Formats: sequence, C-alpha cells, structure tokens
Amino acid sequence: MVTEPLAQAAAAPAAAIKAEVRDLSFYYGDFKSLKGISLPIEEHKVTALIGPSGCGKSTLLRCFNRMHDLYPGNRYEGAINLFPDNVNILARDVDPIEVRMRIGMVFQKPNPFPKSIYDNVAYGLRVRGLRNKTELDDRVEKALKGAALWEEVKNRLDEVAFAMSGGQQQRLCIARALATEPELLLFDEPTSALDPIATGSIEELIQEIREQVSILIVTHNMQQAARVSDYTAYMYLGELIEFGKTDNIFVKPQRKETEDYITGRFG
Amino acid sequence: MNTVVSTAPKDRARELVAMRARIAAGVRNQQIFAAVGVLFTAFALLVLIAAFLDLLIDGLPRLSWDFLTNFPSRHPDQAGILSAWVGSAFVMLVTMLSAVPIGIGAAIYLEEYAGKNWFTDLIEINVTNLAGVPSIVYGLLALGLFVYQFGFGQSILAAGLTLALLILPIVIVSSREALRAVPIHIREAAYGVGATRWQMVSDHLVPYSRGGMMTGVILGMAEAIGQTAPLITIGALTFIAFLPEMPVTGEFPFLSMEWIWSGFTVLPIQMYNWVSRPNVEFQINAAAAGVILLLMTLLMNSLAIYLRYQVRKKIKW
Repeated sequence: MVTEPLAQAAAAPAAAIKAEVRDLSFYYGDFKSLKGISLPIEEHKVTALIGPSGCGKSTLLRCFNRMHDLYPGNRYEGAINLFPDNVNILARDVDPIEVRMRIGMVFQKPNPFPKSIYDNVAYGLRVRGLRNKTELDDRVEKALKGAALWEEVKNRLDEVAFAMSGGQQQRLCIARALATEPELLLFDEPTSALDPIATGSIEELIQEIREQVSILIVTHNMQQAARVSDYTAYMYLGELIEFGKTDNIFVKPQRKETEDYITGRFG
Repeated sequence: MNTVVSTAPKDRARELVAMRARIAAGVRNQQIFAAVGVLFTAFALLVLIAAFLDLLIDGLPRLSWDFLTNFPSRHPDQAGILSAWVGSAFVMLVTMLSAVPIGIGAAIYLEEYAGKNWFTDLIEINVTNLAGVPSIVYGLLALGLFVYQFGFGQSILAAGLTLALLILPIVIVSSREALRAVPIHIREAAYGVGATRWQMVSDHLVPYSRGGMMTGVILGMAEAIGQTAPLITIGALTFIAFLPEMPVTGEFPFLSMEWIWSGFTVLPIQMYNWVSRPNVEFQINAAAAGVILLLMTLLMNSLAIYLRYQVRKKIKW
C-alpha cells in the first residue's frame, strides 16, 4: 500500500496533516463495513474517496463527524486523530457535537432547511450562540461569498431556500458549512443530484475553498476525483486498497485492483 | 434449440392475440372495480347528506339568534342552547390546553428521544390501542380519578381533562406521523452543523411538522366535541340556566380561573336531553342543536384540511 504522506508525517512535524485515520474499523451491528483503514488527510488539500457502491467510502466519511452516533447499533474501533491538538474524535469521551462543530459536512442531496436563505447560513452560527446581528450579517455575507452565491442572492436573502435551483441549494449548503469556519469539510457525493453545469460550479468551488479548509470528498465519479483532488484513496469491500497522490493513482496505480477500477474494467 | 422463444411469424401473431385478450381482461376488471368503488363511495356520502338534510329540515325553522342566546327552558319555543355551546367551548378550551402539550410532548419523546426496546414498544402498542377504548371507559376512569380522587368535582376542569385523555392517542399518533414526515436528511443537516438534539427538535422538527400536528389536534377536538357518554358519566348537568364566570373580568387582574370549577353542560348532552322528552317541539330543538354541532365539527374539519393544505404548499420535501 502506498502511503507516502503518512511516512512523511512520521518524519516531518505534523503541521501538514489535518487528520489521521488509524486502523479504523466500523460495524453496523454485526456487519463489519470498514476493515482496519489507515489514511492521512493533509491540511488544505482535497482528498477523494473512490470505489464502487458499498465499498464503505460514505461510511468512512460519516465517521469523521460521528454521524453514525445518531443511529443505534453502530460501533467504531480504532481512531481518527484530529490535529493540531491530536484528539481522537472517535473516543467515547469526546462529544460528537464538539466534533461536528469542528468538522462540517455537505450532503449528497442538497438539504437546505425550509427557512430563508439568510437563516440557513446563519443557523450554524446561532447554534454556537452567536446573536449579534451585525456579526451574523457579516459572517453570512462572507460565507455566501465564499460559496460563490452572494451575487445571486444578496437581494433576496429573506426568500425561502427551496425556491433556488438544485445547484444553488447545494452552494447554499456549502455556505452553511463554511459559515462556521470548520477545520475539515466533508463532501458526500455533493454533485450526484446535480446537472453537469451545476456540477462544474461546485467542483470549481471545492478548488477555491481548499485555501480555507481541508477537504475530504466521496465521489462516484472518477473524473471528478481526478479533477478536484490532490490525494485519492481507492476503497473496495471496506478496505483501503490504495492511497496516494491523485496523479499517481490515475496514471500509474500500484495495485491491479485499482487499475481495473480506474480503467473501467470493473465497478 | 430455441423452443421457448419462438420467432416464427405464425406463433408471433398468436402470442399477440393472446396478449391483447389478457390486456382487455385487465382493463375490464379495472372498470368493474372503479364502478363498485364509486357505488360504495356514493352510498356513504348519500347517507351522510341525507342525515344532515333531515336534521336541517327539522331544525332550520328553530334556528335563530335567540336560539343561540337563550338558556334552556320548559317552554320549547323559548329554549336555547346558550349554556350548552358556552359549556362546550369552555370544555374544549381545557381539552386543548391539556392535550396539546402532553400529546405533542409525548410524541416528540417517543419519536426522537426514546430508545427502541421492549418497554417503548409496549408504550407504543398501548398508545395505539387506547384510541380504540370505548369512551365510556374514559368516563369511568375520570369519575374515579378527576372527580373523586383529585376532588375536581363535576366541573369544566374534570370534563376537559376527561376529553383530553380521550383524544390523547389521536394527538400522539398524528403528531408522531408529522414528525416522521420530516426527512432524515433535514435532521442530519441540523446535526451536521453541530446542533444538539433539542436544538434539532425545537428549531426544525417542531416548526416543520406544526401543520401536521395541528391537523391531528383539530381532528381530535372534532371528535371530543361530539362526546356525550363520558361527560354524563362524570356528572354533567342536563339542565343549566347559568353561565360559568367569564375568564376575562372587568377588574384587576382581568383574568379569572373560577370558570374551571363551574358545573356545565355541552351541546350533545343538551340534544340528548331534548330528544328524550315526549314533547315533539323539543325534538325540533334537538335537531336545531344538532345542526349547530355538525356545523362546528365541519368547521373544525375544514380548518384542519386548510392547515394541511397550507403546510403542504409551503414545505415540499
């Protein structure tokens, strides 16, 4: 298995590493759906998780913000260490709400709240106790600008978010996540419900926001992984088959399985 | 080698004929079912309309402003339903104020907080079954509990609480359905930005399911307003020529809770009283009161439908 950044991390200071998955296994009841995954997430880089349906890529992603805690019978083993403070976010004594305050998520289907555009973006801030109107206004504007949505919506912030197009709704969800200034942002197949033009604008956006936040993205679409990511992890049946720089994975994969998947012979 | 899927033109033609016959038979069955369905629906509707028209024809001559503002009387032409509809309104007020918080609270707990185990399963089965318990059983329970044990007496408070018990299952079940209708991805969106369970419930679930919950509450109230047996059981009066003290008073503190201790009667009991008299004039009064009661129920049901429509228009998942 190719794990160059992990090797680097051992030698160099951990500054470049945002999070590190260590021997992570995950169980839905008795079913082991992740099998001893180890993986680094580099800071201010985009890491893509690819693999066929059911390979566990979304399951792995949802470990990062403890979404699995919402449903009974789920169990983690191993660790995801978040830097710079090197805390294992899967540890029992770490509150999942604290984890979700640090790690944001954008979901597969655009899921704005049936509230106004403004209230959608402000919600994460309000949850954090921010009540000051001017500060809320500033941060909503900043987040909408960050999500390349400000120009389109600045005159209709009071309109219900459902009136927007699918692509706009997804950018609104990105703004909602960005507003809380997360350290790591998770994308769970963010463009699978969108048309090619909206997909393009989301991909562009992902490229831009990596200046501010480290990104982990699950995608079905290999071209998308190749376009947006710096690192790619190929997963199959709950195992990490290969991880490395995206260019290397797509140009000269080390493992036969990866090559078969990427060249479309399988999957 | 291929005997199953024959492509010979003659076989092909025969298969087509058989296929058309099957489709025609299917269409015929569908038309028969539609006709039977229309018949049954029409029957149910006709019975309802006939009953209402019958009441209306009997009662209409008696319907007047005086009928609404007069107390009951020995003289059928002077008798009115003032104490009955005011009593119904006050009892409904108590019912609503107690059933809404308890019912919605229980629904939120069962749906969002309670784990899945044998105990919550048991509660769930019981709540559903309670909707089918005969109303007189609630009356007996209330007689022992509210009237005697708690010492509420034969009051509006006791009556309102009794009907609240009666409609709690309806409120709980419909509120749970309304909560369940909020899609999982909305819950995850709220949790995803760091909301606590309570923030998710109070900022999202309750506001988004309010329409469905209100529909359940109103349907429950429409059920409660027609109840007679449990209120007779707890000792509702049948002849009453006074009104409870009004909750809003002219002097400080402008609010009075005396009314909850007042004796009362309600519309269906007034109707029952009149129906059981030999004088045919009173039968007409009963019909007129029935029209008012039906109108109130229809009004509440239309309000429920309107609310549901409004919510569906605003929130599309």
